[in-house]
Amino acid sequence: MKPFKRRRRGGLLATFEPGEAHVIASLTSQVVELLRDRNGESASDPDPLAGELGLSGGPSLPPDDPVLRRLLPDAYRDDSGEAAEFRRFTERSLTSAKVANAETVLATLKDAGLDETSFDEEDAEEQEPLEVELDAEAVQAWLRTLTDVRLSLAVRLGIESDEDAMLLHQSEDEAALAMAELYDWLGYVQETLVTALS
Amino acid sequence: MEIDEPDVDEVVELENPWVTIVWNDPVNLMSYVAYVFRNYFGYTEEKANELMLAVHHEGKAVVSSGSREQMERHVQAMHEYGLWATLQRADA
Repeated sequence: MKPFKRRRRGGLLATFEPGEAHVIASLTSQVVELLRDRNGESASDPDPLAGELGLSGGPSLPPDDPVLRRLLPDAYRDDSGEAAEFRRFTERSLTSAKVANAETVLATLKDAGLDETSFDEEDAEEQEPLEVELDAEAVQAWLRTLTDVRLSLAVRLGIESDEDAMLLHQSEDEAALAMAELYDWLGYVQETLVTALS
Repeated sequence: MEIDEPDVDEVVELENPWVTIVWNDPVNLMSYVAYVFRNYFGYTEEKANELMLAVHHEGKAVVSSGSREQMERHVQAMHEYGLWATLQRADA
């Protein structure tokens, strides 16, 4: 990956290896799927318009899934009644905003030439790197989605404190080590994005 | 007959009754948190960094105060950024 840099005309540009772009797309799609399930978009909505306008209200209880609980946290810390009421009126729009951001990320990767349907890890090394260019709106979507993806990985990795994050690389579980490396790399991608904006 | 005296507590409460708190988490980058404070609240680099460091070192920081509706909007926006935020009464 070549880090995000500001272009003369205001946009930001980074270059990703096909495998890297694929990983970002795949993790982003997983977050989208989780959020969509939470919003019940996979089931047929009895009144789609009311659902879209938020008239029917969303769920009032926090999600059972720990990843979703971190992505959609309570707005009131010590008042579960207020937290439930707030969640009922706002969670769906928060979820939709996160899905829209993620979809923007997927669209920019596709525009850069990522072909999800025919991605083959065997051929990945022979494929050309992808130039990902972001306008102001896409920058905001990338910042938020990279955060959501990192939050999701952190929950799966059991990172609950700064200390946990530092101890990650001492794990003897290979799958956890690989996920930890990915988590760090996504942090690096985001850092270059924030730095390019400053 | 009782004469209504201005309730000082109530006046204070009306001025700044609610606060938005951002909590520390081990995931969000310090640079990103400071960026959010600059970009969303429009804080100067100095104030944004100060608040970010307060979150990081003290575990939380009050990042805004005002009406309950405003604070609810801020908390919702922070959650969209992936920051962990809550609102509560300023005197709670």
